[in-house]
Amino acid sequence: MAAGSLRRIWALVYRHTALYRRSWPRLLDFAYGPLMQLLIWGFTARFLAGHAGTMATISGLLIGGVLLWEAALASQLGFSVSFLEEIWSRNLGHLFVSPLRPWELIAALVVMSLLRALAGMLPALVLAVLLYAFDIFRLGPVVLLLFTFLAMMGWWVALGIVAFILRHGAGAEGLVWTVMFGLTPLSAVFYPVAALPAVLRPLALVLPSAHVFEGLRAALAGASPWREIIAAALLNLAWLGLMAVLFRWSFEAARREGALVALGE
Amino acid sequence: MTASTLLAPQAKIAYEGAMTAIVVEGLSKRFGKITAVAGISFTVARGQTVALLGANGAGKTTTLAMLLGLISPSAGRIEILGHDMARARFAALARMNFASPYVALPARLSVAENLRVYGHLYGVADLSRRIRTLADELHLGDLLDRPAGTLSSGQKARLSLAKALINRPEVLLLDEPTASLDPDTADRTRSWLSAYRAASGCTLLLASHNMAEVERLSDEALILRRGEIVARGSPAALRARYGRETLEGVFLDVARAAG
Repeated sequence: MAAGSLRRIWALVYRHTALYRRSWPRLLDFAYGPLMQLLIWGFTARFLAGHAGTMATISGLLIGGVLLWEAALASQLGFSVSFLEEIWSRNLGHLFVSPLRPWELIAALVVMSLLRALAGMLPALVLAVLLYAFDIFRLGPVVLLLFTFLAMMGWWVALGIVAFILRHGAGAEGLVWTVMFGLTPLSAVFYPVAALPAVLRPLALVLPSAHVFEGLRAALAGASPWREIIAAALLNLAWLGLMAVLFRWSFEAARREGALVALGE
Repeated sequence: MTASTLLAPQAKIAYEGAMTAIVVEGLSKRFGKITAVAGISFTVARGQTVALLGANGAGKTTTLAMLLGLISPSAGRIEILGHDMARARFAALARMNFASPYVALPARLSVAENLRVYGHLYGVADLSRRIRTLADELHLGDLLDRPAGTLSSGQKARLSLAKALINRPEVLLLDEPTASLDPDTADRTRSWLSAYRAASGCTLLLASHNMAEVERLSDEALILRRGEIVARGSPAALRARYGRETLEGVFLDVARAAG
């Protein structure tokens, strides 16, 4: 990567970290969602363990599921909210007339997504150990792959949302908070894909997240998760490619139709 | 006899290219059935200041947006500093900059942080020194740690100008540079722009509704109406052609001739 590109990516990362340094409510917001979800599902797991099985199994399914899914949510929100910050501050007009290439903007948003996901997930991961004695990393290095593939899913979902906002304006920003929510049932976070109605299963199986959670359940059961992990990796690459094409098309359409001017002011 | 006429044909093309900052040929923009810009052509020589004038909806903002690469043209060609904007706009954008009161800078970032962000984006060498120099010249020194959102309109205008000058642009595009400023601040801004152009040789293209500003800053004015250039020339030549004492009189004649 050329030094100029790295410098421009750093410029945007610096811009967002400077914003977060000055705004502690934003930092609090990162961790709030994952912590609340962990508390809800952690206590649910503890309650169910008392009635229906061992704590280890229930915790693995529910707490492991919620921690991984929150990583996908944090990744998607980190990417798309960073883009929205540029719209809210009416700064896009300056960015798009600078030498910043569109792919460099995306790279900066990916970096911000990672930083935001780390800031949001670390407290939840620590609290899971302290409150429920659940350490997801006991499953081994495969957990890092599961987190990585869910973060990647967050990126391509966010890229699709940003493409939609470029095409249809800031009025579409509500999608940032709803699209992943809509994908939750199909992602089979807390139950196997087989539990879905037959008509929904093909839809679930084109999502990397469904394979990641099948992989988590396989790992918890002591079986090999690799088939699911490879499927998640390949699906992520396909979706990333598709959304990159959609983003490029939307960006050029926005330039053609003058939408960048409206977004930038 | 000019230097250009003494040169061989190939050298003459290169010489004239080097002397021209902006070339616009047959530029058009249609949004569906609406024609915003209708085949305009003009050139701006290096170091010149040209103003785009016109009533609301005349095509000034669309023209500026096409020059900046924010809007792709329906037809025509734009070349800035020798770079074809359809093929190599990022090479040109690195040597240009833009200021407008209608496009904000992040309000929660301090003045220094904003300038640092854009300094990195434009690859400015020795950025800290450049920020200090601009802060001194534009009287922002005491404001460097203040969030941009807490600045007054005049201070924001100076910050916007500092951002636009951070990369020592060879071409500077200004959209209503003194809109919303009080007369004193607007006058200081115009003086500063005039002095900056004289010192740096920067090419300025400004869109403005302020005729006094255009008369004071511009070597040439292009008056647009319904996407077409309907009059062009130096402010003095336009006043003489239309028999008016002020450019505002010329503007009103041209605008009202539209019916």
